[in-house]
Amino acid sequence: MRTELDEYAQGLEALAQRLGLDYYPVDFEIAPASLMTEIAVYGLPIRMPHWSFGVRYIHQLVRQSMGHSKIFEVMFPGDPCRAFLMDGNSLAENSLVTAHVLGHADFAKNNQLFARFHQMAGGNIVEKAAAHAHRIQLAIEAVGVERVELVLDAALALESHVDVTGELHRSRYAEFVKEKAPKVETPFGKRFAQLPGSEEPAVPPLGPIRASVPPHPEYDLLWFIANYAPELEQWERDIFLAVRAESLYFYPVFACQIMNEGWASYWHARLLREADFLPQQTYLAAIKAHSDVVRPFASGEETALGINPYHLGFTIWEHIVERHGLERAMEVRRDEDDFGFIRNWLDRELAESSGLFVYETRPGDEIRVASRSLEAVREAILAPKFNFGAPRVAAVETRHDGSLLLAHDAASDGRGLDAARARKVLEYVRRVWRRPVRLATVNERAEPVELAA
Amino acid sequence: MIRIAAETPWYELFSRGARDWLRHNEKVRDAVKEGLPDLLAGADLMSRPGNRTVLVPVKFLEHARLRLADPAVQQGAGQGRGEPGDVLQPGREEGDQGAQAGGTKDGEIRFVVELKIDEIVDWLWEELKLPELKPKRSAVMDEPDYVREGWDKRGARARLDRRRTLKEAVKRRSVQENPVAFTNDDLRFRQLVKRASPATSAAVIFALDVSGSMDEAQRRLAKQFFFFALQGIRRQYAKVETVFLAHAAQAWEFDESQFFQASSSGGTVSSSVARLALDVLASRYDPSRYNVYFFYASDGENAAEDRDAASGTLAEIAALANYAGYVETGGVATFRPRDTQLAEIFAELKGRELPVGVSHLNAQEDVWRAIRAFFTEQARED
Repeated sequence: MRTELDEYAQGLEALAQRLGLDYYPVDFEIAPASLMTEIAVYGLPIRMPHWSFGVRYIHQLVRQSMGHSKIFEVMFPGDPCRAFLMDGNSLAENSLVTAHVLGHADFAKNNQLFARFHQMAGGNIVEKAAAHAHRIQLAIEAVGVERVELVLDAALALESHVDVTGELHRSRYAEFVKEKAPKVETPFGKRFAQLPGSEEPAVPPLGPIRASVPPHPEYDLLWFIANYAPELEQWERDIFLAVRAESLYFYPVFACQIMNEGWASYWHARLLREADFLPQQTYLAAIKAHSDVVRPFASGEETALGINPYHLGFTIWEHIVERHGLERAMEVRRDEDDFGFIRNWLDRELAESSGLFVYETRPGDEIRVASRSLEAVREAILAPKFNFGAPRVAAVETRHDGSLLLAHDAASDGRGLDAARARKVLEYVRRVWRRPVRLATVNERAEPVELAA
Repeated sequence: MIRIAAETPWYELFSRGARDWLRHNEKVRDAVKEGLPDLLAGADLMSRPGNRTVLVPVKFLEHARLRLADPAVQQGAGQGRGEPGDVLQPGREEGDQGAQAGGTKDGEIRFVVELKIDEIVDWLWEELKLPELKPKRSAVMDEPDYVREGWDKRGARARLDRRRTLKEAVKRRSVQENPVAFTNDDLRFRQLVKRASPATSAAVIFALDVSGSMDEAQRRLAKQFFFFALQGIRRQYAKVETVFLAHAAQAWEFDESQFFQASSSGGTVSSSVARLALDVLASRYDPSRYNVYFFYASDGENAAEDRDAASGTLAEIAALANYAGYVETGGVATFRPRDTQLAEIFAELKGRELPVGVSHLNAQEDVWRAIRAFFTEQARED
């Protein structure tokens, strides 16, 4: 199978380049199922240890044993890209996956969001994550697993709380602010100055004033804690920055999932269709696998309470190429993320032909179709993607006693935080911040509340 | 150029997922352990021996993240047929318990751990690094008993040792020419000898002050302490008998099921329970044949005129027992400028080098501290 796959892969690549795909080289590795499972769980081939990954691992094993979850491929954008194929999959499936990965590789090199993060972080996240894991292992040997775990509990809980518009390498806030400008002239001030009498003694300049920390609400919590926690040790700071670097790497994948999977699905379908060197049998088997992946519902069902990003993305991309040509599609692939993609390119016709709807789950678990309006469908698809899928929480103040005040922007999120979980997270953070930590949010009646740990 | 890297069979050799899963399980065990005292004291386990187990439901630990509170009506995007208003999944009927228990929440996996109490106690003993109890050294012997010792060529047929006999036959045959299969000389019989063995039975007397000043929480702490003290003693002795005494102004003997429910509004006369304990020892548990343990829980406030009587009787008990433990409940809530009367008495007894110990129980955590204190001290005695 290997020599054949190798041969097909070379053919597919030549074809992809002829059709205009442009990508960094791709390293393929055939991996056993156990490693594939781990990669799916950890998000990276080698990553820091943490007990929460163990829980996800067991859930994944259970899902796989029940047949709910089959892993075809995982691919890490970079230069080179790294793709893992599963050794248990058939030749046809792995040919499909090879073509699919070429689509991802093209997307990752050309999409502006991917390109920006690639430029900031360099194209070697797999190696960097392994280096982080190694450093954390050294820390475990030095201070013990319990202490390292406390730091990872906090850092991984805040994983999504990074500033995705900011830079990977940020400098600290300016330490001082300029003295306030002299008072604005007011009519009273002018008249007062004209009163007879001795001159007011000149006020000596105050000099620079120490800036408050943070000077503005800071949403990059991992960076903020790494830089401003009162007693963080160097290895603890390292862990926060490692989690942050990995999190920033995950962001483009998260924010472009529908586009990216759709683009890869479009290209694997097209490459296989045009690959005249594939034997008929292999092609048929591969197309069968394609239709299993790119379908809206589980077999035998007529509705799904969820969107298959492969299917939705694939449908939109086909539509774009058909209506506006491949060139325009390449521009869209360069410029958009899922927000722009769904809002600009999911039109009424597509939404209706795909049967998209918004559903509501009411107390008692009754589920109803709520709406088929295009606006509502778009927003329901995008809602879980806002702000990296996390509530908007910012560090707003550090007090003189070193305590930290966080604030949740409940107005833009529409409701308050889950208080029990938020308290647990505050407890994680408090152990690292080593001073009291409080969090302002609202309760279910929209009244302001302050949680503390 | 696409490179297909070599397959790497060594992936199979280590699993990071399994490593982190084991770490999770360690944390679950720690969490279970923290809840143990409450878990065990709830059940009426104290006097029933045998294969007692507790079922501990265990949930996966959740690594918390910040997330929005669940709204009353949740929305999502779906795909398929249906017009606005169509029901995709009917709601639960009122009172449909089955469906509720089954739960539809993201396929949550739960498991139940069945723990043997004896194992838990063993584990606690190791965890707390508690020493083993020492039976009395003072040549306390049980009734002499027959034990097997040696072999003889004559004996009752029932005690024929076939294995040994066959061995003898093999030995003989190896040096004889034309040997016969067995001879009477080959037969070996097990011999029994009368021997006295050290006492392996213990009597544990629990005395509880149930006067009006002991509230529910204090009794609960006392019960937990008694339970673990008993478990510790059970680990050591083959036969453990328990006696439950409660007192206010008077003392009575109870069985375990009523012991903790007993209450009285009377005053506190500690010598009453001490006298009752002495009676019980004299009539049922001869201290020369039993390892006697006496545990007394009280809030320490004894009637002033009873001081001398209490001091005298308690000293008598302490002299007879392997160990006498006094736990004082409450104390933080009530302001006390000095030691209570009972605390003073026990301090005096300790000064006279009697095997006694004093501990305070104010909160859940104190139970462990007290258990550890008693067992370490007991090991240091004699």
